[in-house]
Amino acid sequence: MAQVSRDARSAGSGSELDPRFIPRNPGIPLELDWVRDVRVNRSAVERRAATLGTRRTVKKEWQAAWLLRAITLMDLTTLSGDDTPGRVRRLCAKARQPVQPELLAQLGAASLRIRTAAVCVYHAMVPTAVEALAGSGIPVAAVSTGFPAGLSPFRQRLAEIGESVQAGAEEIDVVITRSHVLTGDWQALYDEVRAFREACGDAHIKTILATGELGTLRNVARASLVCMMAGADFIKTSTGKEGVNAVLPVGLVMVRAIREYLERRGHLVGFKPAGGIRTARDSLVWLSLMKEELGDRWLRPELFRFGASALLTDIERQLEYFATGRYSADYRHPMG
Amino acid sequence: MASIPQIFESMEYGPAPEAASPALAWIAEHGGRFGHFIGNAGVDPSDGAWFDTSNPANGKVLAAVAQGSAADVDRAVRAARAAQKAWAAIGGHARARHLYAIARQVQKHARLLAVLESLDNGKPIRESRDIDVPLVARHFYHHAGWAQLMETELAGSAPVGVVGQIIPWNFPLLMLAWKIAPAIAMGNTVVIKPAEFTPLTALLFAELCRNAGLPDGVVNVVTGDGRTGEAIVTHPDVDKIAFTGSTEVGRIIRVATAGSGKKLSLELGGKSPFIVFEDADLDSVVEGVVDAIWFNQGQVCCAGSRILAQEGIAERLTARLRARMETLRMGDPLDKAVDIGAIIAPVQLEKISALVKQGEEEGATVWQPSWSCPTDGCFYPPTLFTGVSPSATIAQVEIFGPVVVMMTFRTPAEAVELANNTRYGLAASVWTESVNLALDVAPKLAAGTVWINCTNVFDAASGFGGYRESGFGREGGREGLREYVKPRWMERWKDGKMEAVRRGKRDRGSARTRAGSDLPSFQPSTVPPIDRTAKLYIGGKQSRPDSGYSIIVHDASGAIAGEVGKGNRKDIRNAVEAAQKATAWTRGTAHARAQVLYFIGENLAARADEFRRRLRQLTGDRSAAREVDRAIERVFGAAAWADKWDGAVHHTTFRNVTLAMPEALGVIGVVCPADAPLLAFVSAVMPAVALGNRVVAIPSADVPLLATDFYQVLETSDVPAGVINIVTGDPDELGAVLAAHDDVDGMWHFGSAAGAAEVERLSAGNMKRTWVDYGMPRDWHDDEQGAGREFLEHATQVKNIWVPYGE
Repeated sequence: MAQVSRDARSAGSGSELDPRFIPRNPGIPLELDWVRDVRVNRSAVERRAATLGTRRTVKKEWQAAWLLRAITLMDLTTLSGDDTPGRVRRLCAKARQPVQPELLAQLGAASLRIRTAAVCVYHAMVPTAVEALAGSGIPVAAVSTGFPAGLSPFRQRLAEIGESVQAGAEEIDVVITRSHVLTGDWQALYDEVRAFREACGDAHIKTILATGELGTLRNVARASLVCMMAGADFIKTSTGKEGVNAVLPVGLVMVRAIREYLERRGHLVGFKPAGGIRTARDSLVWLSLMKEELGDRWLRPELFRFGASALLTDIERQLEYFATGRYSADYRHPMG
Repeated sequence: MASIPQIFESMEYGPAPEAASPALAWIAEHGGRFGHFIGNAGVDPSDGAWFDTSNPANGKVLAAVAQGSAADVDRAVRAARAAQKAWAAIGGHARARHLYAIARQVQKHARLLAVLESLDNGKPIRESRDIDVPLVARHFYHHAGWAQLMETELAGSAPVGVVGQIIPWNFPLLMLAWKIAPAIAMGNTVVIKPAEFTPLTALLFAELCRNAGLPDGVVNVVTGDGRTGEAIVTHPDVDKIAFTGSTEVGRIIRVATAGSGKKLSLELGGKSPFIVFEDADLDSVVEGVVDAIWFNQGQVCCAGSRILAQEGIAERLTARLRARMETLRMGDPLDKAVDIGAIIAPVQLEKISALVKQGEEEGATVWQPSWSCPTDGCFYPPTLFTGVSPSATIAQVEIFGPVVVMMTFRTPAEAVELANNTRYGLAASVWTESVNLALDVAPKLAAGTVWINCTNVFDAASGFGGYRESGFGREGGREGLREYVKPRWMERWKDGKMEAVRRGKRDRGSARTRAGSDLPSFQPSTVPPIDRTAKLYIGGKQSRPDSGYSIIVHDASGAIAGEVGKGNRKDIRNAVEAAQKATAWTRGTAHARAQVLYFIGENLAARADEFRRRLRQLTGDRSAAREVDRAIERVFGAAAWADKWDGAVHHTTFRNVTLAMPEALGVIGVVCPADAPLLAFVSAVMPAVALGNRVVAIPSADVPLLATDFYQVLETSDVPAGVINIVTGDPDELGAVLAAHDDVDGMWHFGSAAGAAEVERLSAGNMKRTWVDYGMPRDWHDDEQGAGREFLEHATQVKNIWVPYGE
């Protein structure tokens, strides 16, 4: 654990925000007893989740600072059928400069290097994004393995990972086979994620659980655990394409699984809620969830990301409101 | 102030204050001084005495408040009395409109109420804003509905009259709502005394009521300390006292009101168990503990202050709790990101500190988080004791602060035993993922509320109140309404005729028993009848009285009809012991109990002629035949109810089933009236046992032989030993022994006024539930007075079990 303590001190210099500074979760052998022993009480989890946003709040300078932090935790994402190189280049430009320098100066935060944690695209857009982000240090994340349903042939899914890594993606967001969870075939899930991880090589692997399709919170907890055992660097809630995406009770269950895995095996695993996080206020609640349940280490991009597209605009508006005292409008902030 | 780049690095929470200014402005509008609120107007104290109320978070005085004298209380009671008849007479719908308007007022001024509450009490604004005030509004909405429905749903019920209410400082506004809403919904008017530490929101509430158009005198607020409360309790024109507070004060009130005819409900202290089984969701358990003991700084009567953890998970739970305690935030109650606010007053802080010190001295391991408490107000850190044994002071005494003790258990049975190892019985919380286990344990816990996988959740639709020394009566739900109504036929007890009726009853009754030392006079006869010996009936056996004395019983003509044993305290002790052992009767099915009761009815019918002759001989009453027939009917009536006194599923406000289960009290002492010797005995005893109680009955003083004849019916009817015990003797004397017995759970007294007063007074020992007629007559032949819901309600207490669900 000693070697990771530096992230607590790292003062936002570009290289140290690189995910490679966190020792990767090597995974452990599948422990079925542990998986089966998982207990999640939905009602109690919901009760806790419901008060997360009412027990904590940040105001004024604190809110502005937290919102800037939220931007640096963002995987700025476009995952649409009509994505084009032009659209992706525009997004990458926004990732490099998510907040207008003038506004940052007004906030007294010109010294901070504010940029998003990554840009997340489909495989086809990886080369464009890599090129557009060259020199920025911002990694490209590719969704993979037959995203979003994950039901294409296994070899093909493995190959997809390889190609994305080849094309320069440093982070791979894979989808798991939901049926393994729904049928309780933990061995199959474990083997699948293990294989994905190997295919990733040095690229970091985020396993998307698609929690909206797992039926129960207990399944969410078990799937989280199995993915971590199989060596996931991050566990991620959703593709953004399910009916229900990143909601707090699910986040709470996954975060608690991360905590237990850390307590019992000493490995750090990151968390990425994705889908449905659209408002600045939402992002603040997620940040206090991380701070409360896992601590400040999970307020840095090495261990926490938002998967988001619309969120940034709302944060910009709130920042401008804080800086000027005037409510802002979307069109005053440059598009991604 | 920290710069944005600094905060960006540290990611600390900053201050998030809720503005106090609107509440302070409201105080200033009143010149910083508040009189009582009587008849919809501010009234200065008659003797000019005032006291200060202050903010416990910084010690600053908020306002001066009137110290209520007996004269002030009297003025308020008169205002309430003047308003009561008209308030009842306007009808349920009109009262519903008023309660609805109050609910709306609370919502419209929600933030002002919340801020004022946090200022005066020290609780975090999150709690007053998100929990207390919404529950207050909800309580008035819910009871607006009961006002509307009273005439149909509580047909045959009348308001009690003027109600005196005394509430504590821990939930000033919420306890006010719990008291006032049901009272005024049922047509009563109230004089309420908020706690001296926290009078302000009650005064604001009273203003809101006035603004909402509530008639003068319906809600009156008298402020002051314990002396003011005493003036309310002892005021002769108050018909009922409702009190929430310490068991110590509750006991004083029980004694003070004994024999006064005042209806009484008490919601007292607790040491509620928080039981964690090894299959529980431990992370959720940890948050449960936060809600259980660090809600309102642990100053909660139903706080889960005793964690009972199964041994296998105790260590993991301890580690997680300690980690969680580190992330609790304590500070200014008006900060929106604070979990724990200020302790109410220095005196409470000292009490907590002293108990924690004692806990350490007695060898328990104390743990507090590393962060330090604010020092400029009344603050105490969250505290966890481990390695605590049940015999430790901190495991038994209510600390009323953010201090929780942890013990371990091995089996579910042991968990129940430890949980029930307390004088209290307010609430319990059970954590397990097994529905079998949860529903097995919940009924075994001696607690008025059982929360499964949740804790400290409340709703107006669910009754809340204690078992054992946590008090009696319920607040909320249909069961809570009972505290604010009485049977309509009892209204004839009122209007100053009570004494006259009592006198008339005494004159009619003539003592047919004489002291045991009187020797029977010789009477010539040819072939003597075979001597019969009526014994006591204890534990299913006929037994001779411990005293060795008999009481002679005369018949209607004055001739000697026989003797009965002169029971004494040892016979009572034995009878209670036998009754306490007969737990299988309570655990068994209602159907099985009904079968036994029907069998009693069958056997009584078979011997009806014998009972008729006996009644005629002993009472000279021509209507003896009618009494026997009616008695058989009553046995059948009780048998009928045995499996029909259903509970309810309350519609509370989150996803759960709230099961309201009527449970038998346990052992009930029944003192029978002198009149209707067979009918009254049967009418009282049968419903009690039908619903699962075991009974120790003291039969009619004048005509005890009917009851002793009756045990022969019991013996032939498969009544298990100890379920019905009969001890003959002086009802007042034996009733007093029963009332003073701490293993008796309830007392019914239909005897003399003096006996009733004594029963109420002595019941304060273990706060047993009492039901007495104050020596007033009851027509046992009348189905309204001699049977029905009144009996069933007194035979049971409602336990609310909250079972959230969802996978």
